[in-house]
Amino acid sequence: MSETVIQNHEPNYLEYKGKYKGIFAWIFSTDHKRIGLLYLYSMLVFFSVAAILGLLMKLELIAPGKTIMGAQTYNSFFTLHGITMIFLIVVPGLPAVFGNFFLPIMIGAKDVAFPKLNLVSWWIYIIGAFIALSAQFMGDGAPDTGWTFYAPYSFKTGTNMLPAVLGAFILGFSSIVTGINFIVTMHRMRAPGMNWMKMPLFPWALYGTSWIQVLATPIVGVTLLMVVLERTLQIGFFDPALGGDPILYQHLFWIYSHPAVYIMILPAMGVISEIIPTFARKTIFGYTAIVVSTLAIAFVGYFVWGHHMFTSGMSGVALYTFSILTFLVAIPSAIKIFNWVATLHKASIDLQTPFLWALCFLFVFMIGGLSGMVLGALSANVHLHDTAFVVAHFHYIVFGGTGYAFFGALHYWYPKMFGRMYDKSWANIGLAMFFTGFNTLYLPMFYLGMTGMPRRYYDYVDKFHGPNIISSLGAILMIVGLIVIITNLVRSARYGAPAVKDPWKGKTLEWTVASPPSLENFDEIPTVTDHPYKYE
Amino acid sequence: MNNHAHIDEHRDDEGAKTGMWIFIFTELLLFGGLFIVYSVYRYLNPMAFHLAAEELDVVVGTVNTVILLVSSMTIAMAITSIQLKNKKLTLILMGVTILLAIIFMVNKYFEWTGKISHGIFPGSEILHQSSQGEILFFGLYYAMTGLHALHIVIGVGFIAYVMWLVKTDDVKHDDYVILENSALYWHLVDLIWIFLFPLFYLIT
Ligand code: HEM
Ligand SMILES: [Cu+2]
Repeated sequence: MSETVIQNHEPNYLEYKGKYKGIFAWIFSTDHKRIGLLYLYSMLVFFSVAAILGLLMKLELIAPGKTIMGAQTYNSFFTLHGITMIFLIVVPGLPAVFGNFFLPIMIGAKDVAFPKLNLVSWWIYIIGAFIALSAQFMGDGAPDTGWTFYAPYSFKTGTNMLPAVLGAFILGFSSIVTGINFIVTMHRMRAPGMNWMKMPLFPWALYGTSWIQVLATPIVGVTLLMVVLERTLQIGFFDPALGGDPILYQHLFWIYSHPAVYIMILPAMGVISEIIPTFARKTIFGYTAIVVSTLAIAFVGYFVWGHHMFTSGMSGVALYTFSILTFLVAIPSAIKIFNWVATLHKASIDLQTPFLWALCFLFVFMIGGLSGMVLGALSANVHLHDTAFVVAHFHYIVFGGTGYAFFGALHYWYPKMFGRMYDKSWANIGLAMFFTGFNTLYLPMFYLGMTGMPRRYYDYVDKFHGPNIISSLGAILMIVGLIVIITNLVRSARYGAPAVKDPWKGKTLEWTVASPPSLENFDEIPTVTDHPYKYE
Repeated sequence: MNNHAHIDEHRDDEGAKTGMWIFIFTELLLFGGLFIVYSVYRYLNPMAFHLAAEELDVVVGTVNTVILLVSSMTIAMAITSIQLKNKKLTLILMGVTILLAIIFMVNKYFEWTGKISHGIFPGSEILHQSSQGEILFFGLYYAMTGLHALHIVIGVGFIAYVMWLVKTDDVKHDDYVILENSALYWHLVDLIWIFLFPLFYLIT
């Protein structure tokens, strides 16, 4: 039998029949592509729940006074919303879904370095998620500390904190394991000829991210563990009555959680760096600068945690230092933006949906970044701390950055993942609604914050009413947009037109394999000779 | 079709070891958080930490240090003996490692119960009557040695699992990277103790 005949019968990874049947063929699969989809489906579920919580909060805020829920419910809603969005979605999101699916293919490997461990990390993720979410339904009421678990409240409150904190701890493990897996994969399994400087930019972003995951997560892990011990044994780490110091908690927490912001945003930047050259049909401008700035962001990100604590009481020197360092991190981010814009300059652009997502990303990310500069400035921060301004800022960065990149990635790689095309007009309509809703929702919150509306309050005085109505209506529009987008994608997985190998004329390796890829991605490991974005 | 079922049999010893090293690094950072807390509170309460440390038994601590050092050696020797194709000796050496770990835990048990019977444990009345520095010292003592003990238990489980693999010939003279990794892990457990020992027992 000749080689070609065998190839024609090669089953793709979706059809492949392994040892197990039905759902077990998925939840016991060690195929990186299936694991990527497992993450995708679990995250879609969690995201829907958390987004609905967000919507309910906005409905509460549509008018002053108690509208649909009381204070305690509101507290537990923003806590669950925050925990889910941060720990279950945006931190693992892009690496776990698209990293798992595309990292091996983009570097010309058949799988990640440790396929079984990869599956284990999904299981840890699910277990952690269930433990964290169980906090809602057991014991003495849902957690109400916010996702930061600030001491001393987190060990003093009577609500059911333990599962939430333990769940976050366990999720950290999943993150670490994925990080290690990716680092080793990139070190050991790049296709022949792909030296570091020929590696595409999304893998590069994952590389930086993985190191942050590995180096920062253990710190928050042990911090959360201390909260657990504090609650169960009254050890006194952060309890002033026993000699401990709650500010120390904040330091330890933000030493992780600020770099965690870059765990969220670096892969997003990686996605944008893939989408832009493909639809601009141009070699990306300043490949090396993008790589270097990725590593710089990963590195500098460790030294700015203090900007979360400007009002917590630190020495003057510490305040200035953290403020200046915070401004420094903006430089590598700005470098990237210049490179993307330069790539677009005089390009013949193909306005497909993923590209539109990338453009919207640029728009919201700039607003997020600039408002971050405002918060990084010491004097402004003192005024804006814990106001709606902060909420607007981080939704612009985190949701606007990571969320847009996530949906961009989904639309970009969708044909490869499912072997079908989605309906382009519905995708664009969904995006338009989402984008409009998003800005209507969060822009007024900048204004609200500046005029003094605090965050984490279920009620407000009359003078804040106007902007809040606009904001809440924006939330509704945005959610409708999301429903349109997701419905279109889900429907198309079944009924969409079959996708070709390379629908967007991309140049990286994933576009050289079948859509959807076969079980082992490559029949023969390719040899790489060219730069990843070689357009004439 | 079936010739593709072996997708996860890709073998890369070098990669497996790199992965283990990175993991060990994360473990060190995990303890690093506690070390930061320890040093902050020691700096703030030098006198109390000094007094409290005197209540710990240096002899028990020293004995346990020696036990762990020896066990690190025996697991290292197990690697050499598997290379020499001596399966029986490998199993014995691994067994000795586990045995030493258990002795360590027994010592720990007596040390802890001794302290607890004197009413010194987190949240106890006696402790809450002493100075804040002492409360913190013993809180850290239980948390850090407790976390370390947890690592011992995990290490024992890991080594026992590898012993079973040796027994079933899944780990052989030409394929023993998991044995090396379990040994690396055990060295880590040893190393952390070597930091804990002076911090709690020696600096008085
Ligand atoms: C469906 C759209 C969303 C809506 C309507 C929404 C709305 C809200 C609201 C009203 C708050 C409470 C602010 C406060 O009381 O201080 C909030 C907090 C928060 N949201 Fe969202 N959000 C949405 C999506 C997201 C996404 C995608 C993320 C993930 C990046 C996210 C992350 C957070 C976080 C971390 C908090 C802070 C909770 C806290 O302060 O403890 N949200 N959101
Ligand atoms: Cu920060």
